[in-house]
Amino acid sequence: MTPSNTKTPQSSIKRHHLLVGGASCASCVGKIEKALNGVSGVTDAQMNLPQSMATVYGNVDESDLIDAIKASGYNATSATEKSDEHVINEKDAADHAYYNKLLRDTAIALGLGVPLMVYGLFIGDMSVTTNAERIAWLIVGVATFAIMATSGRHFYVGGFKSLLSHNANMDTLIMLGTGTAWLYSMLVVLLPDALPLMARHVYFEATAMIIGLINLGLALEVRARGRTSDAIKRLIGLQAKTARVIRDGKELDIAIEDVELNDRIRIRPGEKIPVDGQVDEGTTSIDESMLTGEPMPVEKRIGDSVAAGTINKTGSIIFSATRVGKDTALARIIDMVKHAQNSKPPIGRLADVISAYFVPAIMIIAVVSALLWLNFGPEPTVAFALVSATTILIIACPCALGLATPMSVMVGVGKAAEAGVLIRNGEALQTASKITTMVLDKTGTITLGEPKVTDVVVANAQSETQILQLSASLESGSEHPLAMAIVQSATDKGVEADVVSNFNAITGHGIEGDVNGSRVYLGNERLMKAQGVDISGYITHAQDLAAQAKTPMYLAANSELLGIIAVADPIKEDSVSAIKRLQAKGIRIVMLTGDNRATAEAVAKKVGIGEFFAEVLPQDKTAKVIELQQSGEVVGMTGDGINDAPALARADVGFAIGTGTDVAIESADITLMRGSLHGLADAISVSKATLSNVKQNLFGAFVYNAAGVPIAAGILYPFFGILLSPIIAGAAMALSSLTVVSNANRLRWFKPS
Amino acid sequence: MLIVNLAGALLIVLIVWWFWLYKPKAVEQSEAGFSVVVENGNYSPSRIKLKTGEQHALKFLRKDASPCAEMLLIPQFDIAETLIVNQTTTIRLPEMSAGEYEFHCQMKMYKGVLVVE
Repeated sequence: MTPSNTKTPQSSIKRHHLLVGGASCASCVGKIEKALNGVSGVTDAQMNLPQSMATVYGNVDESDLIDAIKASGYNATSATEKSDEHVINEKDAADHAYYNKLLRDTAIALGLGVPLMVYGLFIGDMSVTTNAERIAWLIVGVATFAIMATSGRHFYVGGFKSLLSHNANMDTLIMLGTGTAWLYSMLVVLLPDALPLMARHVYFEATAMIIGLINLGLALEVRARGRTSDAIKRLIGLQAKTARVIRDGKELDIAIEDVELNDRIRIRPGEKIPVDGQVDEGTTSIDESMLTGEPMPVEKRIGDSVAAGTINKTGSIIFSATRVGKDTALARIIDMVKHAQNSKPPIGRLADVISAYFVPAIMIIAVVSALLWLNFGPEPTVAFALVSATTILIIACPCALGLATPMSVMVGVGKAAEAGVLIRNGEALQTASKITTMVLDKTGTITLGEPKVTDVVVANAQSETQILQLSASLESGSEHPLAMAIVQSATDKGVEADVVSNFNAITGHGIEGDVNGSRVYLGNERLMKAQGVDISGYITHAQDLAAQAKTPMYLAANSELLGIIAVADPIKEDSVSAIKRLQAKGIRIVMLTGDNRATAEAVAKKVGIGEFFAEVLPQDKTAKVIELQQSGEVVGMTGDGINDAPALARADVGFAIGTGTDVAIESADITLMRGSLHGLADAISVSKATLSNVKQNLFGAFVYNAAGVPIAAGILYPFFGILLSPIIAGAAMALSSLTVVSNANRLRWFKPS
Repeated sequence: MLIVNLAGALLIVLIVWWFWLYKPKAVEQSEAGFSVVVENGNYSPSRIKLKTGEQHALKFLRKDASPCAEMLLIPQFDIAETLIVNQTTTIRLPEMSAGEYEFHCQMKMYKGVLVVE
């Protein structure tokens, strides 16, 4: 009977961790456990005194558990780790609520601001001359105050609090800008005689409009920002929620958090792999494209590893969990992407330095501008001074500057992750965009790294099978990669090896041994000559094979040539096209290999690389990288991340090329999860696109502020009589940060060339 | 006019002193974990004194719904954590050598300093 027939379906049971305070003695343990077990829904509760940690199983609300502990005289807080998905969902809900609130605030503020502005533009004069006007404007002033206290409350509270803590941000600027406009207008209404007749203008509509427009800008920004984290949401969404584990011969559906190491898990066709593991039973093919970008499903047999988040296609398997929770490849990828998304490339640091001085500097500029108008401006100087100061405070946008880099990096790193390219941090992203020379390791990078028998040439043998069988027999004891390739090829074809006696390895020549009563030799030309074997008719054959980057070996028995068997490490199917893509980007490609010159030359020729260095020892790879760097190149190094670690570390950007999902993501600046070199070209394309997006954003934000502030100050007034309205400034400021976020979002549609 | 100009100059001096020259007092961390409230565009307290050579945990309570408050970064320690509104997020710090370490939001509009002595 298969386990699936005996299965008793159970709903998933949750595990809660609580940190308990105040428990100091063994008797407390019993008391706490009793209290917890008394909560309905709890199936089991255990208190660990040394760790002050209670573990509770059951479908219960954590707050009920905390209440129960508190009721028994102790303190408790939740220590259950929140899943990434939980965090994302809460964040989305909070963002949505905030978005709605901002829209409400916008509607209220514009509800007053728009009619006032229309009145000022088309109907009447916004100045105070008669007593009736004073009363009317007083009512409007009070209404504006109500808007400031409701829709604009967050600006004032935030601005004031930062002011008190010697900090200044956008809120401070908005508070000062709109506050000044409102105070001045109230002064006009309450004490008109304190001001010259011409200056008795009210600016209530500016205050209301600015609050409305900036709230609208913030609302749109919240929406646009949500989209910048789409990539990470997609990765988090790959995680399965439950797993069907087999414990004590029974199948249980349990929450993913509760899967433990070595749990046996059953996966049926179409299901998601919940944790990393190793296949124990069955064969199947698995779609790993969501992690590696590799579109073809991968065959899995007993002993193969499977990765969390990938999707089982055809077969049914049972596998053992080898990595769970935060240790799965997917969890580590998510973690790495999240970190990289929040790291800043060096290019963003200038904006940080400016941001630190920005707001106080703007305040100083506003004061200076007001003083200039008061001293040298036309009448009414007070009104001009007020408008220019308010407009400066409102138009200056530290947010656009501050958002420029992080938003683009967020989208760019996420985009790369979708293509199976993991970028460690902002610095790697920036440097990758500047690479001039790419050093490629041959084995495992350009080639598959798994030698295979490619050709069998029959001379005097009965068949190809005979050649394969004798070769495999001789090589069966060896662990040399070429030998393993031959043995594997024989196994694949169902050819059985014979017993070998009197085996001998002849250094630099090959091997010999007795098989079925014959003395058999397998090796190079020198071995054949030493044994007096006539190979004259086959030397050109062997040379042809060598020229194709293959390693030919002669097989002879009793001084008679049986044939040639050739082994090669095949070039990855798409290496040629990927290298062409890199070269098209103007990148110089250099190949390094520990292999012999003939093979290196043949591979280089085949993939279109002009520059290569053969017989390079690992330490010499590093020296080669340094040499290139000294000649002024920005060097990228691509290797499998294990043998090439020193060179990867030395290069400006080290690319570790992964094979499937089992990647050592700690080892390099950029990890390519799929084996294809196209990942390399993708990585560089994404980096370039992201960097140019950052530059556009920074440039836009700099230009906006550098042009906006002087115009607001009235620099155009002496020449063209133009002085910006504070309302226009409010709209411009709301638009500027939205533009930055939207431009960053443009990267989402980026397709690598 | 002279008075107005003098007042303006004084205001500028005040801005420079208030924002750039003044350093708020650092608040010392108590025994049982330390809470930082994120509210109204601020970390409170924003200057936190910690002892060197010890492992510390900071609890951040985010009350501010603005997306600016969402990320907490401590670049020196490669810490980037998402704060959820109205919830406490615990940030574990590694052992630190003496010095000042900034923590801030993505855009550096919210700023704070860890003073390790």
